[in-house]
Amino acid sequence: MIRSQRWKGAAFTVPFQLGFVFLYLLPIGYAVYQSLYREQQSGLGLGGATEQFAGFDNYRQGLTDSAFMGSVLRVMLFACVQIPVMLLISLALALLLDALTSKVAGRFRILLLVPYMIPGVVAAIVWINLYSPEVGPLTPLGELFGFDWNFFAPSMVWPAIGNLLTWHGIGYNMVIIYSALQGVPRELFEAARLDGASEWRIARSIKIPFVRGALVLTGMLSIIQMLQIFNEPALFRNVTPQTVSDTFTPIMIIYNQAFNAGNYHYAATLSVLLALILGVASFLFYKLTSREVD
Amino acid sequence: MVLTDKAMKDTKESAGRPVRRLNRPDSAARSRGGQRFLLVGLILASMYSLFPVWWLIVASTKDRTGLYQSNGLWFSGWHLWDNLEQLFTYEDGIFLRWTANSFLYAGLGSLGGTLLALATGYGLARFEFPGRNLVFAAVVGSFLIPIALLTLPLYLLFSEIGLVDTPWAMLIPCLINPFSVYLAKVYTEATIPYELLEAARIDGAGELRIFFSIVLRMMTTGGATVFLLAFVNTWNAFFLPLTVLRGEENWTLNLGLYNWSGKRLESGVDLTSLVLTGALLSIVPMAIMMVAMRRYWRTGVTLGALK
Repeated sequence: MIRSQRWKGAAFTVPFQLGFVFLYLLPIGYAVYQSLYREQQSGLGLGGATEQFAGFDNYRQGLTDSAFMGSVLRVMLFACVQIPVMLLISLALALLLDALTSKVAGRFRILLLVPYMIPGVVAAIVWINLYSPEVGPLTPLGELFGFDWNFFAPSMVWPAIGNLLTWHGIGYNMVIIYSALQGVPRELFEAARLDGASEWRIARSIKIPFVRGALVLTGMLSIIQMLQIFNEPALFRNVTPQTVSDTFTPIMIIYNQAFNAGNYHYAATLSVLLALILGVASFLFYKLTSREVD
Repeated sequence: MVLTDKAMKDTKESAGRPVRRLNRPDSAARSRGGQRFLLVGLILASMYSLFPVWWLIVASTKDRTGLYQSNGLWFSGWHLWDNLEQLFTYEDGIFLRWTANSFLYAGLGSLGGTLLALATGYGLARFEFPGRNLVFAAVVGSFLIPIALLTLPLYLLFSEIGLVDTPWAMLIPCLINPFSVYLAKVYTEATIPYELLEAARIDGAGELRIFFSIVLRMMTTGGATVFLLAFVNTWNAFFLPLTVLRGEENWTLNLGLYNWSGKRLESGVDLTSLVLTGALLSIVPMAIMMVAMRRYWRTGVTLGALK
């Protein structure tokens, strides 16, 4: 390639690069910078606040902050339950679809993708109202079967959010797993059938190992989203603030530190910490799930 | 982001053309009972998917008494028009304003973002220049950055230059979308051959002319997918508008609905009926777009897995 063309090619990417610096690198740098400082009230607080270098003090505080670390643990524990359940259902549905003719499969795929078309905030609003003992049909339905459930009770709020996330996510994950399944060479099934393998055996020994990559991918995406969960608990908090505290998830804590406590330095520190935790968690998940693939 | 080579390859292959299999010999070999079992499973799953939407539709046709007293899964009286009228007149029609804002941010932001992403993706896919790999690594690496890490400092930077609480605070971040760049690069690789560019150059076309009159035209499908996904993302955004928009005249639909749903605890005003009708309306543009652009977004969703 001629030299001048190379630079013309680079020129196509320049507007994006400038924007990337302004909207990504600069904010991250600013957050890291802020995390190393703290606000110091001078005198009796009348002289205004001055910034003072704090080194890693904010980080020390963050790592021993039981509310923050508690919220990280809470979300991670929840992820360990919700994500496998959601992915298992998605996998099962993808396998069911894969066994149908493509015309019928296409119709079901659209139906199952309907929740994915619904904005997250709206999905949360709908389910909160379904759960509501006043307007929702789920409470009378429970009574019909002898359950006296209160979805806004502390023990039920995570299952309630989990169901909402599962409902919202299975269609999307199913499509990804399904398209991976479409890549399995069909001759393999015929060969297995000739050898007398049952459909269940084919699914277990051929299809599932084949879509492992897609499962790892969807799992990783779900972990990234889960650690940053905010919308759903924020909307639940609108209805039941006594159950969903403002320290319920890491991002809720960060938001509160910044906008209610006005402590930007600490909020920045916690954001950097969350980014690091996210990086480590995704790396570990990837290492753990892909070690046997090759 | 770390990916398995396999998944990367699969997705790339399906990016250009949707894979469609006409005859599936294995399904014919299946027993009738087995088929019925499959169908029952899928019907149950579809019911789970659809019943909340059904409930929302039914609920928006009810008045307050109906909402609180009748069976949630069936109609009782037809008050949809009254609800809509209330929705559009409440607080001087602020809901319409929010709708217009959502369209403005999602429409304009995604249009600009898509154009920028196509140029960048094309530059990355079809030219060799120093630093290219670094730019691409930055694009992919940024998928892992938590939203709070970007949004809070962005809020502070925007407030320094007086952009907080203006439409710009929503529009500018939409222009730079690494995931769109990633998609645009993949699509360019699948649709724009080197030979074509060489031929155009030999004919004496300038690089800008090649981009605007050849590349963009050939990238209609890819561009539509990038636009659609960016539009959906902005329409669904919540944390960014919550952070950078204060006055309610600039809010998005999501922010408005969130605020209304909290009114009851805050000030005892029960807006459930309005919230539900508004929620239903805010799905409509999504549904229309997704159905109209079905053939584009399916490949987009699959590619979305790489995000």
